Amino acid sequence: MAGGAGPSILSFFGGFRISLKQVFEPRVTTEYPKVKKPKPPRAHGRHVLNRYEDGMEKCIGCELCAAVCPADCIYVRGADNNPDEPVSPGERYGFVYEINYLRCIHCDLCVEACPTEAITESKMFEFSFTSRADAIYTRDELVVDDEGRPKKLPWEDWREGDDRYTSAWMRATSPSGAASYEGEVQWSGELGYGVRAPEGGQSPRRDDAATGNFAIRTVSRDKIPFRLGGRVR
Amino acid sequence: MADPLFAHGLNAAVWLIVVIKVLVAFGALLTSVLLMIWFERKVISDMQDRIGPNRAGPFGLLQTLADGTKLFFKEDLLPERADRFVFRLAPFLTVVPAFLIFTVVPVGGIVTVAHHTFELQVADPPIGILFLLALSSVAVYGTMLAGWSSGSKYPLLGSVRASAQMISYEAVLGLTVVMVILESHGLSTRSIVTSQAAHAWQWNVIRLGVIPFVLFFIASTAELNRPPFDLAEGESELGGGYHTEYSSIRFALFFLAEFMNTVTMSAIVVTLFFGGPDGPGFHFLRWLWPILWFTGKTVAFLYLQVWIRAALPRLRYDQLMDLGWKAMIPISLGWLLVIAGAIQSAAWALALFALGCVGALALTQAIRVAQRRRASTLGLGADLRPLGGPGKVGS
Repeated sequence: MAGGAGPSILSFFGGFRISLKQVFEPRVTTEYPKVKKPKPPRAHGRHVLNRYEDGMEKCIGCELCAAVCPADCIYVRGADNNPDEPVSPGERYGFVYEINYLRCIHCDLCVEACPTEAITESKMFEFSFTSRADAIYTRDELVVDDEGRPKKLPWEDWREGDDRYTSAWMRATSPSGAASYEGEVQWSGELGYGVRAPEGGQSPRRDDAATGNFAIRTVSRDKIPFRLGGRVR
Repeated sequence: MADPLFAHGLNAAVWLIVVIKVLVAFGALLTSVLLMIWFERKVISDMQDRIGPNRAGPFGLLQTLADGTKLFFKEDLLPERADRFVFRLAPFLTVVPAFLIFTVVPVGGIVTVAHHTFELQVADPPIGILFLLALSSVAVYGTMLAGWSSGSKYPLLGSVRASAQMISYEAVLGLTVVMVILESHGLSTRSIVTSQAAHAWQWNVIRLGVIPFVLFFIASTAELNRPPFDLAEGESELGGGYHTEYSSIRFALFFLAEFMNTVTMSAIVVTLFFGGPDGPGFHFLRWLWPILWFTGKTVAFLYLQVWIRAALPRLRYDQLMDLGWKAMIPISLGWLLVIAGAIQSAAWALALFALGCVGALALTQAIRVAQRRRASTLGLGADLRPLGGPGKVGS
């Protein structure tokens, strides 16, 4: 009765052929804690509070981030700068700045709301704490260090290169929103980096080496099937 | 022909050998389960382009041990509406037969240690293979009572499915075993093995035609509730099936029994159809080669089991029943007649085979005509006949 129209009894054995063929295919598994996949350039992780090139903090304590936060996880209180020892270049600075990571949903609305590009998100999401107190990051923990790198807390799993490109989302958009501004740098310099290069969108003026931009499809070519643009046949 | 160990009565040494045999078989079976779970997970991840367990121990070999330890330390839940006694009994009804079936499997040849000659199998009862059938029927009780005593609906549905399935396929299992017995002139597993021992072409798989082996293998897969016949625990439909309400060590026992049965059934297939420990040996380490041959053949069948799991989708319940009752039982009955005829003479075998073919064709045609007629009166397309019906499987 084999053969004829429709699925025959022989097509039943197709599964055996395919599953045996797969034994010789390359493995798609990334051995996670040992090896990490590169994170997408605009991944949302824990926040950093940026500083200007001269070391001044960018935060002016306006509380817009706290107002916009849908998860109510940000607590900010501004205070007047001491004219002799100013913390930020303006009149006010963020005196208290706390983010509760038990509530944060990493939506990046605070980053969008910030008028001075003070708060941006790094790509660090691999952190776990054992107490509620540790979950609340204070201003001291969020502010970048003197080289402009995020502070590395003991319960965070930082790997080589993870602390670079901590303001990708900021550099990806043009502040005015107009297409003609694409690729134009309209933001201030950062401590340790100077003025960061704009992330290339459709603009020809892109410098992927400087912005850390990449396509996942290019990086993990060896694990993507050929018909989807990878190298796996 | 019984174990030569008991030829001169019982004494301390004989007892010691028996105890050692039991302990070794017990240990080997438990180890084989650990390895089998690891093996299955590794092979299936090979077939799915994954790596599989590789964290615990070298190559992840200790993963099962880690999982088992975790299970043992979990809370042992007893559902409020459960029948307490039966609920506690059911896992043992499953796991004890799983252990006992292995005792009749000949794992090696006949050896002599310190003037005591004995067979490398725990027990060689004269009813050998009937013991297997009896115990696999007892194991159905474990499944059935586990589902019934849980006092909840998914386990009950799972156990109803499982027991119906296991009982249906036990018929095929029994009929194919009868063919083996007819050819081997003995019920004892040792005599079945020795009757195949001369050459590879005397293995039952060849002597009986390949069909009984295929039937037995399919039926044993169904009996084990392994894919593609794992309706009893169909995760997508029934939660976990008959052991949904079980946790901790009792769940571990079900899990243990399932994999132990897989190992044992592969060993039984090897015993019945592939000559058991039979194979070419060498003059040094004479006792070792049969064991190696037995192990190698069993592992080959275990690989096949895993391969089947990777390759085939689960059957629908009506397909399962159709396959069992409308295809496999008629074929095994017909083939049993042919084997019986072949023992008389070749002419009888041919005549019965021809008769069987004609009968099967006539029956298939009759069913097809009836279905077509019914479909046309109901105004349905012919495509609506159930899959796995007479038009699909077998002749």
